Amino acid sequence: MTTAELMDYAEVITRFDPVLGLEVHVELSTATKMFCGCSNRFGGEPNTHVCPTCLGLPGSLPVVNAVAVESAIRIGLALNCEIAPWCRFARKNYFYPDMPKNFQTSQYDEPIAFNGYLDVTLDDGEVVRVQIERAHMEEDTGKSLHVGGATGRIHGAEHSLLDYNRAGVPLIEIVTKTIEGTGERAPEVARAYVSTLRDLLQALDVSDVRMDQGSLRCDANVSLMERGAAEFGTRTETKNVNSLRSVERAVRFEMTRQAAILASGGSILQETRHFEEASGTTRAGRRKETSEDYRYFPEPDLVPIAPSAEWVQELRGTLPELPAERRKRVQAEWSLTDLELRDLVNAGAIDLVAATADAGAPPAEARSWWMSYLSQQANARGVDLGALPITPGQVARVIALVADGALTNKLARDVVDGVLAGEGEPDHVVETRGLKVVSDDSALYAAVDEALAANPDVATKIREGKHAAAGAIVGAVMKATQGQADAKRVRELILTRCGA
Amino acid sequence: MTELTRLDAADIAAKIAAKEVSAVEVTQAHLDRIAAVDHAVHAFLHVDTERALAAAKAVDDNAAAGLPAASPLAGVPLALKDVLTMQGAPTTCGSKVLENWQPPYDATVTQRLQAAGVVILGKTNMDEFAMGSSTENSAFGPTRNPWDLDRIPGGSGGGSSAALAAFEAPLAIGTDTGGSIRQPGAVTGTVGVKPTYGTVSRFGLVAFSSSLDQAGPCARTVLDAALLHEVIAGHDPLDSTSIDAPVPPVVAAALEGANGDLKGVKVGVVTEFAGDGYEPGVAEAFTAAVDQLRALGAEIVEVSCPSFDLALPAYYLIAPSEASSNLARFDAMRYGLRVGDDATRSAEEVMSLTRAAGFGPEVKRRIILGTYALSAGYYDAYYGSAQKVRTLIMRDFDAAFASVDVLVSPTTPTTAFKIGERTADPMAMYRADLCTIPSNLAGNAALSVPCGLSDGLPVGLQIMSPALQDQRGYRVAAAYEVARNAAQGGPLINRVPELEVAH
Repeated sequence: MTTAELMDYAEVITRFDPVLGLEVHVELSTATKMFCGCSNRFGGEPNTHVCPTCLGLPGSLPVVNAVAVESAIRIGLALNCEIAPWCRFARKNYFYPDMPKNFQTSQYDEPIAFNGYLDVTLDDGEVVRVQIERAHMEEDTGKSLHVGGATGRIHGAEHSLLDYNRAGVPLIEIVTKTIEGTGERAPEVARAYVSTLRDLLQALDVSDVRMDQGSLRCDANVSLMERGAAEFGTRTETKNVNSLRSVERAVRFEMTRQAAILASGGSILQETRHFEEASGTTRAGRRKETSEDYRYFPEPDLVPIAPSAEWVQELRGTLPELPAERRKRVQAEWSLTDLELRDLVNAGAIDLVAATADAGAPPAEARSWWMSYLSQQANARGVDLGALPITPGQVARVIALVADGALTNKLARDVVDGVLAGEGEPDHVVETRGLKVVSDDSALYAAVDEALAANPDVATKIREGKHAAAGAIVGAVMKATQGQADAKRVRELILTRCGA
Repeated sequence: MTELTRLDAADIAAKIAAKEVSAVEVTQAHLDRIAAVDHAVHAFLHVDTERALAAAKAVDDNAAAGLPAASPLAGVPLALKDVLTMQGAPTTCGSKVLENWQPPYDATVTQRLQAAGVVILGKTNMDEFAMGSSTENSAFGPTRNPWDLDRIPGGSGGGSSAALAAFEAPLAIGTDTGGSIRQPGAVTGTVGVKPTYGTVSRFGLVAFSSSLDQAGPCARTVLDAALLHEVIAGHDPLDSTSIDAPVPPVVAAALEGANGDLKGVKVGVVTEFAGDGYEPGVAEAFTAAVDQLRALGAEIVEVSCPSFDLALPAYYLIAPSEASSNLARFDAMRYGLRVGDDATRSAEEVMSLTRAAGFGPEVKRRIILGTYALSAGYYDAYYGSAQKVRTLIMRDFDAAFASVDVLVSPTTPTTAFKIGERTADPMAMYRADLCTIPSNLAGNAALSVPCGLSDGLPVGLQIMSPALQDQRGYRVAAAYEVARNAAQGGPLINRVPELEVAH
């Protein structure tokens, strides 16, 4: 695919309406797998987190992980879904070497949660409501490693290695209804949806939601219809979309690729495509001669799941404050403008500011520290704000020291630098770096006298009532005390000395 | 043949407990018997002499140390159907695809047997993956019926039933998906019980049809079957379909029944299981058995269960559908047979070659049937309709059990047929399970007890009980067994012809 076969994005929008459908797979962070007692920890030596059940050995049987069901229900509730009073697992039958039983135990026509929605806020504050079709439980497959080929793909590989550590890891698949009418913002909506969903799952504490490790995976279905057309176009499903940015790029690329084909009189093949991170393009997966028939039928090794209304109600009570509600509350409590709130959200600073405020700092001070000096430090280090080696509690302590007058703002930044450099708690840094405000007036008077003596012209002006001239002496005193003096107090002492 | 191998399990256990004989002596006697006759019968696929003797010695050591016996069957030898896993021995399911597979874990049934001090002699032959009614579908050759070595011992558990009839073991474990315990029991003159679905754990039972499979006891007497039943039954958290309920009091029921009084018991004769297709000798033996029950005081009524006529077709949609999925895992990737892996072929090609070479024709037939029944566009017509029939059959049982305590029928329409007689006619083969299948579809309890001979071959009486009321069948069967033995000059099994003994 060369860029010559892509349509200019602006033209795509004038001629076509994009239709999206997003399928997100979330690996639950339960202690054990979906149907057995094996560890659900990511990684590990290949084939060490396995047992007869997740290896599908003859005679083995599954037992449903109750915590996974609980997580599924909580996710469903957080997505404003109805919870099925009775549902079952089904078998999805197909042959693949990384699938131990050659069927996946999944939910089919009886998902545990259905008919919900998620409100998604775009960068400019516009809110788009994405309808949720369903959220259902299933198990993950193992992983294939193709060795010897140039690309790591199965084609051309000399042999393949199989790791079943991931086989049987609990997954929740969340499927949207078709998302229409988003026009040129379709790629942004797709990204914002996945981002909002990720924050929601994080708040629920049900998954690591690491797109880079595959604990959150997004398949993007994209189709185009001519503007004003009544029927949807043929869609493609793009997989291997491993970051929020890739979600946006993949959707945008598919729109421009499909538009070029349609405009030249071609038709879109319904197929699975793979996103190529490096080039930002999608390529066709292996084409199947016939459409797959999964021969779903109810899983006879498991009994139906029938969550009682009481249990669902109890789980509803365990839902934490969800990100959207929290933002609304924080905006009101901290009196933020929409822009200030968005900046906080985009910087990933809400939790940090809130935790700093919880540790006793005034929210405005906390926000100022995180959004200015600490953001600069994070940028300089090329890390997320949350990855800085300083805790909200430590920031709160620094703010308290400033409020007490024990530190100036300049000294406070030095203390923060010390904490970031791994020198210990703020009070310890103050101690070891000797960063105390010089509050001893006699010591300051000596410095003031010295500065006045060294600048007789300025001293005269002050004595003549030109108070503004005191600034130069303040600067000299601050320099002499290496910034450890309180500038306001120094100014007062200068004026006293000059009898002004 | 030493006297020890002629004894019932209850008698053996009593003699061991009384230290009249050691468990090692009992085990050795059975191992000797296997060595002497199994060349002709071929009941066993694997005999584990060392393990059996070690298990027996552990029972003797336990007794010598003055410790109480682990169970009422401690030290009694048993033959385990080769569809249940046991560490340290192969589990083949009668299939080439699993020929050298050694499971790394024990089935719950195996664990319970071992914990009870039961001595497992080895693994018995079966139709491949329990699909068949004659044990001719075993990849390792057929088992022969000790009553007539030219005839089948039933199936799929023909190895277990033949081991009992050949006095190679006093107890055996079978599994019953459509009659694989009861039909072999009937044609070998032994007792076979399919407990209520969900009362014996399926963990470690290699699945044929998960919603129908049920392991159960096989023995030469009703009491022995009851004793074994209580060892293997009980809730198992490793099997989600296991029922968390007390084990029905089957031993007490067998003992009560042996008193020979069935007054107040209402027995329903299923009218659908008679007529064309039922051998006259089978019908006569069945009628005589019903008369015997009446003489014992039972009230006999006729009961119609119209949906039972649909059971066989429904079964041959549901069981193959589940089997097509259950057997998908045999793909050469992780264990078992691997064919064609010469570094030029893809994984898919190796899977395909392995399955083509590893499965026998009956297994392939059922995988194809099931795959078809579940495919898009056919699911509702086949699998969906079959599930509706299943519901109708359950309703027939419910209605019947509202007015009678147990239902009776012949276990199978004919006596043991000749080896090779039905292999070319699958429908004729399938009809062997006509009377047994309804209880698999409904999940209720059912057993087969010997009820006479027809032309010198055993006939079975099937007694069906409501779910979780297994004890009813045991009571009726035990009463009938005592009366029949008295009327016909001792246990039927004593009339098995002597087998030629190898030296």
